[in-house]
Amino acid sequence: MNILTGNDLATGDVIWWTGEGWSIHVNDAVDVGDKGAEIAQAESAARRVNEAYVIEGEKDNEGNVRPAHIKERIRALGPTVRLDLSLKPADPNAGNWVI
Amino acid sequence: MYQYDTYDQAMVDARVAEFRDQTQRRLDGQLSEAQFRPLRLMNGLYLQLHAYMLRVAVPYGTLSSKQMHMLAHIARQYDRDYGHFTTRQNIQYNWIKLADAPDILADLASVEMHAIQTSGNCIRNISSDQFAGVSADEIADPRPLAELLRQWSSFHPEFTYLPRKFKIAVIASQEDRAAMRLHDIGIELVKKDGEIGARVFVGGGMGRTPMVAPEIRAFVPFAEVVSYLEACLRVYNRHGRRDNKYKARIKILVHEMGREEYTRQVEEEFAHMKTLGLDPPLAELERIAAHFAPPPYETGLSDEIDLSDRDFAAWVSTQVKPHKVPGYAIVNISLKPIGGIPGDASSAQMDLMADLAEKYSFDELRVTHAQNIVLAHVKKADLYALWKALEEADLGTANLDLISDIIACPGLDYCSLANARSIPVAQKIAERFSDLGRQKELGELKLKISGCINACGHHHAGNIGILGVDRKGVENYQLLLGGSGAEDVSLGQITGPGFDENGIVDAVEKATNVYLANRTEGERFVDTFRRIGMAPFKEALYA
Repeated sequence: MNILTGNDLATGDVIWWTGEGWSIHVNDAVDVGDKGAEIAQAESAARRVNEAYVIEGEKDNEGNVRPAHIKERIRALGPTVRLDLSLKPADPNAGNWVI
Repeated sequence: MYQYDTYDQAMVDARVAEFRDQTQRRLDGQLSEAQFRPLRLMNGLYLQLHAYMLRVAVPYGTLSSKQMHMLAHIARQYDRDYGHFTTRQNIQYNWIKLADAPDILADLASVEMHAIQTSGNCIRNISSDQFAGVSADEIADPRPLAELLRQWSSFHPEFTYLPRKFKIAVIASQEDRAAMRLHDIGIELVKKDGEIGARVFVGGGMGRTPMVAPEIRAFVPFAEVVSYLEACLRVYNRHGRRDNKYKARIKILVHEMGREEYTRQVEEEFAHMKTLGLDPPLAELERIAAHFAPPPYETGLSDEIDLSDRDFAAWVSTQVKPHKVPGYAIVNISLKPIGGIPGDASSAQMDLMADLAEKYSFDELRVTHAQNIVLAHVKKADLYALWKALEEADLGTANLDLISDIIACPGLDYCSLANARSIPVAQKIAERFSDLGRQKELGELKLKISGCINACGHHHAGNIGILGVDRKGVENYQLLLGGSGAEDVSLGQITGPGFDENGIVDAVEKATNVYLANRTEGERFVDTFRRIGMAPFKEALYA
């Protein structure tokens, strides 16, 4: 699947295209097929996203969305060495999702 | 310490106002990202893996307690309560909001700091020896020249769009604590016939094509250094490649043109520059130098230190270095607790270090390129109280220049350029060698880790270097041996095929075992490697 990501212009937060808007949770990302560039252009013009681009994603056995490449998985979670600053601060095993 | 004059302050304040306007225009949609990107980068604001990242310049690594308090305030007020001290003696904040950036720059300007020229193809922060002014072996304090070069290079109109970024280091001791010859220009202050001048090296660097800078001039009179560097930069600006980013650094130019031809052109340009009257008058040099006058040291102090507390004695043996003034010592504060993140400090730690500098070290701190902090003027009688305060804040680790004093770039945990994580590898190695006795048994061993070929973690200069690479989407780590960023400068050699995250920790341990089995009396790791060569290490690593 192709998923669309970028950063919030004002906050810099990593965000993912949900089909209707943007979420900080990668699990909300939808498959944009071949429409990624078109959506990115429109959303960038409206200043709802900054530096948007399409990446390859996949779904695990439970249907959760996971970026295919480790760099994007770290982007999606947060630094593996500071899980307290990640999106899953209460999960001590959150880093395993990245690897 | 240098203090801004009205020109310095006016320039920085004007830049803050300009960037505030630019940021507002970006948020309002009047500027596209393509238009805004170069403007924010000129102010040190990157868009990194998780958020905007702000890199703040710490000129030649020196800052006052007031400035360190401000860095703590920024971490607390605008970021996530910590900052990361870098190998360029700067500090980075990882979680900045765009709308806050102008306020942060205004706060920095209020204490004579900024983020100008911490990005882009310009002359970056001038780096120097963290022991400047206090080391017994220096022939002069290198900071006045570093400050002069800071002023010369700030907003220099001719060098704002160089072929590539440009890094300068200045030292004044035979012992090189600033990796001087791995800079685009390295300057060593030397004495000739009683006169102080600059020995100039050009064309060093790390990155994907590491090179040790060759000497291009043995002596430039101090009063002509600016003209000489101007000539060096002009030749580079004229001939440096702009068609290929990977061949644009001055090291490639010097290598391809040849040291002799590059030097010839510099000398020709220098002869011309000297006719232009560019060099500052003696009065200006003296004005700058006056800012670096020694602090009012006490006299008649004892050099005795009570070492009856064994933990304190262990800390003194690694972290405290000789000072040129009797009764005083240089204190190195480790930002490398076992299992911690190299170079990171919380706002509370920054505040504490600032308070301790105010109380014990004439209000001054230095950031080192090895990502530690130095208090340069501590009375030996105050060392115990200082150590107790550091211990309580997890700043009392005793590991300077030992295997756990690891330089590590932010790596894939923070950096969008990285291919692999650096920090977890540093943490695992530090934990493997956590026993201080074992570390001391190994002796001086500089281990440096980069998460990509750009080499921000100086892996080429590590006695043991580690380079993280991406092998089909999986992190992999190459091992290098034999590098040094010191006066015995050398580039590390790759051992062979890489290792996974756990394998690289084992590999480091095997390399240290080869050293222990082969070293002779007084040999450091790098000495043994140079004597016995790569073969025994490869045999142990890949058997």
